[in-house]
Amino acid sequence: MNNIQKQVLSVGLVLAGFAIGATSIVAVTEAYTHDKIIENERQTLLSAINALVDSSEYDNDILTDVITLPKTKLLATKEETTVYRARKNNSPIAAVFTSIAPNGYSGSIKLLVGVYHDGTLAGVRVISHKETPGLGDKINEKKTNWILKFKGLSLTNPVDSQWAVKKDGGAFDQFTGATITPRAVVTAVKKSLQFFEQNRDELFKETK
Amino acid sequence: MNEVYGPIIRDGLWKNNPALVQLLGLCPLLAVSNTTINGLGLGLATTLTLVASNGLVSLLRKQIPDEARLPVFVMIIASIVTAIELSMNAWFHELYLILGIFIPLIVTNCAITGRAEAFAARNPVGPAIVDGLMMGIGFTAVLVLLGAMRELIGQGTILSEAHLMFGEGARNLSIVLFEHYRGFLMVLLPPGAFIGLGLIVALKNVIDARQKAKQAKVTTTEAVPANA
Repeated sequence: MNNIQKQVLSVGLVLAGFAIGATSIVAVTEAYTHDKIIENERQTLLSAINALVDSSEYDNDILTDVITLPKTKLLATKEETTVYRARKNNSPIAAVFTSIAPNGYSGSIKLLVGVYHDGTLAGVRVISHKETPGLGDKINEKKTNWILKFKGLSLTNPVDSQWAVKKDGGAFDQFTGATITPRAVVTAVKKSLQFFEQNRDELFKETK
Repeated sequence: MNEVYGPIIRDGLWKNNPALVQLLGLCPLLAVSNTTINGLGLGLATTLTLVASNGLVSLLRKQIPDEARLPVFVMIIASIVTAIELSMNAWFHELYLILGIFIPLIVTNCAITGRAEAFAARNPVGPAIVDGLMMGIGFTAVLVLLGAMRELIGQGTILSEAHLMFGEGARNLSIVLFEHYRGFLMVLLPPGAFIGLGLIVALKNVIDARQKAKQAKVTTTEAVPANA
């Protein structure tokens, strides 16, 4: 073996050593934090759901009482929709959809839409979005109370033709300088309600 | 003490500021500086990473072969960032929900590789950590300033959503300077970041030039009596 080969080999070995060291740091941290992170995410999701349907209103384990809906035309999503189901004494109370508004100003807006068994909205929350800060992001309940106004509405209140932003002749406020974002959210909520209306009994079927 | 640390502090905060002079790490800088709180968040996360990576690189500097130093730096930084992200997610989940989106951006911040290469790999651990801290603070200061500028002009507020970072008690920190402000969208979008950063760099250059002129004046006036 000549000198260059020796040098290449030794540098390569040191590099491999560092790679093993760096990977170990990540692996050890991951092992220590894994359970805690899963628990944290569960808690975050649970508190998001409980903001719509209060934990006193149901008695089942809502995070495991789930059905996954395939992509449908009505929900207009490119992904599967997860539905969390709240029950009390085995009778259905509400369904919480992870709906997606695909036509936001910059990409999809992920929503949680809670619907009571009688078809009224328990509420809507934004899970994630990429809308313009200061304009479209007013859909976030931490910024304005716009999204809180969905609570208690249904497909008959307001009537079908009013399920649109004011600019389109509907009943919902848009934001100054941002119409596309609220339009997308209103449409997604309406579609979730329509889906619920048509599939109510299917949705609450026990899956065991 | 002052002879070693003085210049490091001055370099990080002003003379060799990573954002204004080295113009490093612009991708995350321009992307998240649309509000004061976002700027502060990314700044803090970057500072933490800089201190940790500078310290570790300096500690291992004798073991790192010169030919392979860049891949080693990248591995060290990437694993530190990942470890910080996982730990924050586990133990500071609330904070993670706010800063979490910024942390992956730090890996793309070449200011960190830059400091490892330019400083940490050639200096003992103490100065390297101070360098990381000062560069981090310098970077944070620019981010907060740029964030405040863009927030003020773009949406007429300062420190909006402070409660996301400091808890509910900080809600009244948010100041609305102009009620019913209609907003200036361009300032919130990327062009606003470029223009804002350009203005800050220009301001720094003006201040530097003034100081230089003043110093030159002082030395000439001092020199006169000596000649006379």
